[in-house]
Amino acid sequence: MTQQQRVIVVGGGLAGLAGSARMAEAGLAVDLFSLVPVKRSHSVCAQGGINACNEVARQQGYSEYEHFDETIYGGDFLADQHPVLEMANWAPRIIDLLDRMGVPFNRTAEGYRDLRLFGGSLFKRTHFSGATTGQQLLYALDEQVRRLEADGAVTKYESWEFLRPILADGTNGPRCVGIVAQDLRTMQIRAFRADAVVMATGGAGLVFGKSTNSVICTGAALARCYQAGAAYANPEMIQVHPTAVPGADKLRLMSESARGEGGRVWVPRKKGDSRPARDIPEAERLYFLEEKYPKYGNIVPRDIATREIFDICVNQHMGVDGGNQVYLDLTHKDPEYLTRKLGGIMDIYQKFVGVDPRYEPMKIFPGVHYSMGGLWTQYTAGSYAPSEPQPAHVSGSPTACDAEIGRGMLPGAPNNMMTNIEGLYAFGEVNFAFHGANRLGANALLSCIFDGLFSGVGVANYIRDGAPSTTPAESIAQSVFDSAVGAETSRQKTITDTATGGDHADETNPYIIAKEMGEEMTAGCTVVREEKRLQKTLDKIAELQDRWARMKLADGATWTNQSLSFARSVGDMLTVAEAMACGAKARKESRGAHYRIDYPDRDDAKFMKTTFVTFDAGEGRARVEHREVRAELVAPRARTYGKVDKEEPAKAEAAAAGV
Amino acid sequence: MTVATTNGTAKKAAPANTRKVRFRIKRCDGPNKLVRWETFELSIAKGENVISCLQKIAANPVTTEGKRSTPVVWDCSCLEEVCGSCTMVINGQVRQSCSALIDVIAPDDGDTVRLEPMSKFPVIRDLWVDRSRMFDALKRVKAWVPIDGTYDLGAGPRERPEDQAVRYALSECMTCGCCLEACPQFDLAADESEWNDSFIGAQALSQARLFNLHETGARLKSDRLEALMGPDGVSECGNAQNCVKVCPKHIPLTESIAAVGRSTTLYAISKWFSGK
Repeated sequence: MTQQQRVIVVGGGLAGLAGSARMAEAGLAVDLFSLVPVKRSHSVCAQGGINACNEVARQQGYSEYEHFDETIYGGDFLADQHPVLEMANWAPRIIDLLDRMGVPFNRTAEGYRDLRLFGGSLFKRTHFSGATTGQQLLYALDEQVRRLEADGAVTKYESWEFLRPILADGTNGPRCVGIVAQDLRTMQIRAFRADAVVMATGGAGLVFGKSTNSVICTGAALARCYQAGAAYANPEMIQVHPTAVPGADKLRLMSESARGEGGRVWVPRKKGDSRPARDIPEAERLYFLEEKYPKYGNIVPRDIATREIFDICVNQHMGVDGGNQVYLDLTHKDPEYLTRKLGGIMDIYQKFVGVDPRYEPMKIFPGVHYSMGGLWTQYTAGSYAPSEPQPAHVSGSPTACDAEIGRGMLPGAPNNMMTNIEGLYAFGEVNFAFHGANRLGANALLSCIFDGLFSGVGVANYIRDGAPSTTPAESIAQSVFDSAVGAETSRQKTITDTATGGDHADETNPYIIAKEMGEEMTAGCTVVREEKRLQKTLDKIAELQDRWARMKLADGATWTNQSLSFARSVGDMLTVAEAMACGAKARKESRGAHYRIDYPDRDDAKFMKTTFVTFDAGEGRARVEHREVRAELVAPRARTYGKVDKEEPAKAEAAAAGV
Repeated sequence: MTVATTNGTAKKAAPANTRKVRFRIKRCDGPNKLVRWETFELSIAKGENVISCLQKIAANPVTTEGKRSTPVVWDCSCLEEVCGSCTMVINGQVRQSCSALIDVIAPDDGDTVRLEPMSKFPVIRDLWVDRSRMFDALKRVKAWVPIDGTYDLGAGPRERPEDQAVRYALSECMTCGCCLEACPQFDLAADESEWNDSFIGAQALSQARLFNLHETGARLKSDRLEALMGPDGVSECGNAQNCVKVCPKHIPLTESIAAVGRSTTLYAISKWFSGK
C-alpha cells in the first residue's frame, strides 16, 4: 500500500468513526466527511443502551448464539443471517473496547458494568450509560478519532456535503474511485480521490417530515449512491416507534419504560372532546389498548401499539383535539415514584412541552425512528455451516454455534459490507444488513460500531490486494474527476438560476414540497399500508417531483447557501420516498414493521426475500425485484406476539422497554 | 403574564392558541460583512420553539416591512438538546434554541424574540458561527484515553459507581459553547494564530479533568496540565462563575476549574522539587 492510497468515509457517526479508527490503524490515510462536526452526528440521540452477551447473563443460560437467534426472530426472518451471527459474537468484545476507551458505563457496587433488561430478551444484556448511551459511545469514538487526527492519520472535512460517488471503469463493472463533495460554507465543489469509499450516512427519517431523526438524516447521500447504480434493499422497512412526543419541529422519543411503569394510553370517547384531560371522567375515556387486548393492555408489543394508536387517530379521527395524538397517562402514579424511576424522561417531556407529566397526561403519537433498509451489501460467509437451518434456540441449552471470531463472516474478506459497486461500502444504519424487517431495541448502536470495526479490515484488504493495488485511484485519468465535478456544478447552477426573486408560490417552494412529502409519506407509507393507498402515495410523489423540477430557490447567495443544500436534498428525498413506496407496494405480505391491511399475513414462500431496488436512470424510477435471503442458519418460525409478554408484568415492563 | 425562567420550565397557564410574535434577527451575509437587523412576524400556535419558527421563516422569508429576504441561516441538528449545535443568543441569553419554547419566552400576543449569533465565535453567516476553536482546544488538552489500539484486549478498568457518576456528569459536555459565550475572560479570537494566547475556557478545562479521572486517561495527565499552565490556561479564570449558570447540562464547571487549578499547582510544585 503506497503513501497515496486513501479511503474516504462519508458520515461521522458511530459507524463512520469506528471504521475510521480501524482503517487508520490498518495504515490507510482516512478522509472523513461530515455535514456537522462529527460529535454532533445523529448517533448522539440514542438513549437506551447497547446489547451484548455478558458474564452474568451467560451464567444464567444466555449466549451470543441466543442473542443472534433473538435478532433474527425480531427481524421477522428477513435479514441475511451470517452477519447477524458475527455481530452477536463480537458484541462482548465491542463493549470491552468502548469500556477501555473510557465510556462511563453505569457500574454495579463491585465496579463491573451494570446491565438492564430490554426489549426482545428475558436476560439482562443491555449495557448503558445514564440516559444517553448513544452520546457516550459516540463521544468515545470521536475522542479516538481526534487523537488520530492530531497524529495526521485522519483528515476531517466537517461541514462538507457528499454530492455523488465517482465511478471509473473496472474489470467487473464500475468501480468507486472517489467522491464529489461541497464545502457548505464556501460552496466550493471539488473531487476527492480514494481507493475505497465507505458510506456511513445513517437513515432517512426526514423523508417522513417529522421523525425522531436529526435534521441531517435526509437519506440524500443514499439516494445519490442509488442514482449512481448502488442497489437499495428493503427500503420499505421503516421502524415506527409507538411513543414519540409530537413537536412543532420534530418528534422526540418517549421511552417505553413509561408504559412499563404503568402508563395508560387513552383518548376521549367523544370525538373532538375539547375538555382538558383531567376534566374527563374515567367512564368517558377510551383506554383502547386495554379494551382491545385485555391480556396485555398497554404493554402490547411495539408493532401492535403503533398500529392501534395510528388507527384511532388517522382512521377513526378520535385523537386528542382531533389531531394525531393520544394520551399517555401517568398521573395516577405517585409523583415521587415517577421521579425515581422515570426522572430523565419526565424532564425531557417537561423541557420541550412545558408540561409536567406527573400532573398532566403526556400527548404522544408513533414516530418514524429507524431505517432497517439501506444500501444493499454483500459478504463472505464464515466457518459456521450447519447441515440444515436450526430451530428456535432454547435458553440454557447447548448452542448450535460457539462465539469464535469468523463463524458468521470471514474476517478481513474484502467484500464484507461492500455494495454492488466495487469499492463502495456501506456501514451503519445506511447498511441494510442485520435488522431485517424490524430492529430489536439496543441493537443499532451495536450494528453500527460492529460494521466499522469488523468490516473496516476488509476495506484495507481490498485496497491492498484488489483493483487499487494495480490501478490506484491516483492513476485514474483526471477527466473522470473533472466531469463528475462538472456535473455537480451544473446541477447546482440549475438550482441557483431559479433564485430570481419574486413570489414564492407553495407550488414551487422547496420547503412546502418537503412538508407535503413528509405528510403524504407519514399518512400513506408508515404504519398501515394498502395497495391503492400506496399508489396514491406514488402519484403524489410524482406530482411533487414535477413541482421540484420547477422549484424556485429563495436564496441565490454564493456563500453558505443553506437553502440551496436543502432544496437540492428535497429532490433526493423524493427519490428515496419513491423507492420506499414501490418496495412497500411490491411486498404483498405483512412482515415485521411492514403491515399490509390487504395482505395481513406473513408469506414466506413468496416473500421471505430481500426487496432489491435499482434506479432506472432512463425512466427516473425504481425497479423492484426480490432476491433470496441467506437463511441457512436458523429456520423461520411464526413470530408470535405473546412470546416475550407471557411472563408476569415485571418481565413485561422490560420487554416493552425496547427502544 | 411574565416570563418565568430561562430554563424552559413553564410556570403560568397556557397562552392563547394563536398569537402574533415578532422575531428580530441579527443578520450578516458573511465574515466581515455588514450586520443588519430584520424582523419577521409569525402566527404562533402552542408548543412552538425557536427552531420551528426559523423553519417557518425559511419557507416564507418576508420581513415586517414587506421586503422579500432570504431564509435565515442557522445551525441545528438533533433538536433535543444533546448535540450542542443550536446555540444562539435569545433575548440576550445564550442557550440552545431547540429548548427555547415560544410559550415561555414570548407568551403574549405582540411579543418580540431577539435572535443573535454567539459573539465569541466568528460568524459564518447569520446565526451560524464557527466553533472549531472548541474542538482545537480538545486536541490541546489531549481529551482522549490513550488506548493500545482497537484490538480485543479485554475490559477496561473497574470503576466505583460514585466515580462513574462524576465522570458521567462531566462527559455530558456537548461542546455547545454556552460557557464560553457567558465567560468574561473568554475573547473572540477570530484567527487561529490567536488561540494559544487567549483563555482556553471552562469547556476544555473540564474535559481535561474528565480524562485525568480515568485510569488510562491519566497517563496523559502531565501533558494536559502543562497545556493548561500557560498564559491561556487555568490561571486566566476570573471566577465570575457565569459558566456554571448557563451550562444546559448543569456540568459542575467551577468544580472542574478548581480541581484543575489545584492539580496544576501541585504539578508545578512537584516539577520544581524534581528539577524536571
